[in-house]
Amino acid sequence: MTWQGWLQIAAVLLAVLVIIKPLGLYMARVFAGDRTPLSPVLAPVETGFYRLAGVDPRREQGWFAYAIGVLAFSLAGFLLLYAMLRLQAYLPFNPQGFGALAPDLAFNTAASFVTNTNWQAYGGETTMSHFSQMAGLTVQNFVSGATGIAVAIAVTRAFARSGVKELGNFWVDLTRATLYVLLPMAIIVALAFVALGLPQTLDGAMAATTLEGASQTIALGPVASQEAIKQLGTNGGGFFNVNAAHPFENPNAFSNYLNIFSMLSISAALVYAFGQIVGSRRQAWALLSAMAILLVTGIGIVYWAETAGNPIHLALGVDPALGNMEGKEVRFGQAMTALYAGVTTGISNGGVNAMMSSLTPLGGLVPMFLMQLGEILPGGVGSGLYAMLVFSILAVFIAGLMVGRTPELLGKKIEAREIKLAMLAVLLLPTAILGFSSVAAMLPAGLAGLASAGPHGLSEILYAYTSAAANNGSAFGGLSANSPWYNTTLGLAMLAGRFAYIVPVLAIAGALATKPRVAPSSGTFPTHGPLFVGLLIGIILILGGLQFFPALALGPILEHVLMLAGQTF
Amino acid sequence: MLAQLRPAIVLMLLFTLLLGLAYPLAITGIGQAAFPAQANGSRIERDGVLIGSSLIGQNFAGAGYFHPRPSAADYNAASSGASNLGPTSMALRNAIVERSAALALDMPVPADAVTTSGSGLDPHISPAFARTQVARIATARALPPEQVAALLAATIEHPVLGLIGEPQVNVLRLNLALDAMAPPAS
Repeated sequence: MTWQGWLQIAAVLLAVLVIIKPLGLYMARVFAGDRTPLSPVLAPVETGFYRLAGVDPRREQGWFAYAIGVLAFSLAGFLLLYAMLRLQAYLPFNPQGFGALAPDLAFNTAASFVTNTNWQAYGGETTMSHFSQMAGLTVQNFVSGATGIAVAIAVTRAFARSGVKELGNFWVDLTRATLYVLLPMAIIVALAFVALGLPQTLDGAMAATTLEGASQTIALGPVASQEAIKQLGTNGGGFFNVNAAHPFENPNAFSNYLNIFSMLSISAALVYAFGQIVGSRRQAWALLSAMAILLVTGIGIVYWAETAGNPIHLALGVDPALGNMEGKEVRFGQAMTALYAGVTTGISNGGVNAMMSSLTPLGGLVPMFLMQLGEILPGGVGSGLYAMLVFSILAVFIAGLMVGRTPELLGKKIEAREIKLAMLAVLLLPTAILGFSSVAAMLPAGLAGLASAGPHGLSEILYAYTSAAANNGSAFGGLSANSPWYNTTLGLAMLAGRFAYIVPVLAIAGALATKPRVAPSSGTFPTHGPLFVGLLIGIILILGGLQFFPALALGPILEHVLMLAGQTF
Repeated sequence: MLAQLRPAIVLMLLFTLLLGLAYPLAITGIGQAAFPAQANGSRIERDGVLIGSSLIGQNFAGAGYFHPRPSAADYNAASSGASNLGPTSMALRNAIVERSAALALDMPVPADAVTTSGSGLDPHISPAFARTQVARIATARALPPEQVAALLAATIEHPVLGLIGEPQVNVLRLNLALDAMAPPAS
């Protein structure tokens, strides 16, 4: 580790810190339905959309109708994307003449992008036409992110309101999140990306003759426009097979900064918007502090483990100066790789600028663990905020048990119904991850995909289902996941991880909205101080740790011990 | 329930038109007009022939050129890929042994010289790896080693302000400069 490395990490995180307040305040205005500086341009588009769709923007929905809206919209997106991928050969913008995707791969990819996971069982430049990338994947990058934001805003309103059933109108929140937040930012970031070197063309490839006279075909496409929303919507599905390790997705240090800044900003600012809407910015900073402490710790561990290198390789005479370089790019070095790996899994991005599978065992454990915590640091756009609120509900509940009082969060009494629903949501992740992983580890169809023997093989399976159920999308890429077994089960894990979480969360919101907000008394446990931050971190770690520690012990932890002993497989 | 079907379908189609066609095509139009070099893949041409992209690594095997890192994708820029080998992989260990033996250095081997990159298309090597190749190139091109070393030193990209980025050498650019300085013996 070097001080330059830490300074680079600090600079990116500081830039995010600076934008949290202005962007958070802007989003609070957007979702209050207020006019914004962009309204003169966007309001007519918005109104036109509502008219064509038959939406009355003033009519709000209760939690159940809101949830049905989420599900109906996601189903429509899923079916449209599936159809596009299956009919790819007959659609335009296909300069390389790619054929249709197989049914299991199309199912997996459609589930992947509709759930904001963006797991790639396919190689972008060898599978997807420009039409599929633009009209299929890019669109879902926008709207799946906007769906997450909408749900988070609905939950936020539940805390701000009292004695009502309505949480807002899903169609309005979805449209405003897309038009007022994601689209303007995507345009700015995409153009900056082009300036930094990302291609943006409808050509399919260019044919070069190398200096040594060999021919090299270089895949091209509308990369910048997709990369921008891939980061802003915390999607992570790259244009190319190797994602943001590809020099055309991430050509230099500045593009790498912008990638990381883009993927963190909206999620972090949404927490501030939450504080603004519920009238307690201190609550927002308390949640952000808990997220920042865990995230920076994770980044630090990856940075340390990768700089320390792999003793098996060092014993062969490899110079330790650069650290573990397998699967990494020279232009990023260890600091920017560690930052990317921590952020992409702390939030729900899943893009990578180095291969997760080739990280050292502890370096690879951290991304896996950050996903297993539920991706709340600060998480996917929207999904991170509502997952963090679920953990906050559990934290005040446990604090309430310790002192024997009815728990409250922001003046809302937390009662049996909320706790049951919160536990239902929290238990989903371990059920899906450990359940699918253990079945895959026993079935020939699951074992057939393994690239590694020994504990790394188990890590490949565990990482895949963790990534799918947590809607992340990164991978230990050795696993041959493009098989009917993995395409189907991972697709199911993604759908469960997304929608079986959103429905109970919206049900909690529905229950909270009807409750009155009680004024804090001398007996109220304050939820914006260091004590609460510590308690929240404790709950997150205990839930994550207890559930997943045995599995992690058999995978990355065992591999670390064997690596120190010089064992290879 | 049915009342929600219309907005679900209509909005999905409207968003597809706006975000799936208008947005990327508008960015393509603006990008092509404002930044044509970058938007078309940072092409490098010599004597009217497309040599490659300054951002994409290509393979060099001849003794008279600086060599790039090993590549799991064989520098196939139409299909990027990584080894994905894990830290306790025997295949990775054996590969490092083989690559180190081929380099035959009497000093610790720079890590990037014996490992594959994330993309398989890494256009850069570390200055340390580049320096180990100076003597070979000087011999192959019958040049004084100091002259090759000076060219290398001038080609090393240092972190901006000593902070942003990593010290690196773009192999294609360096080899082009090498050819410009002393045309390859044919």
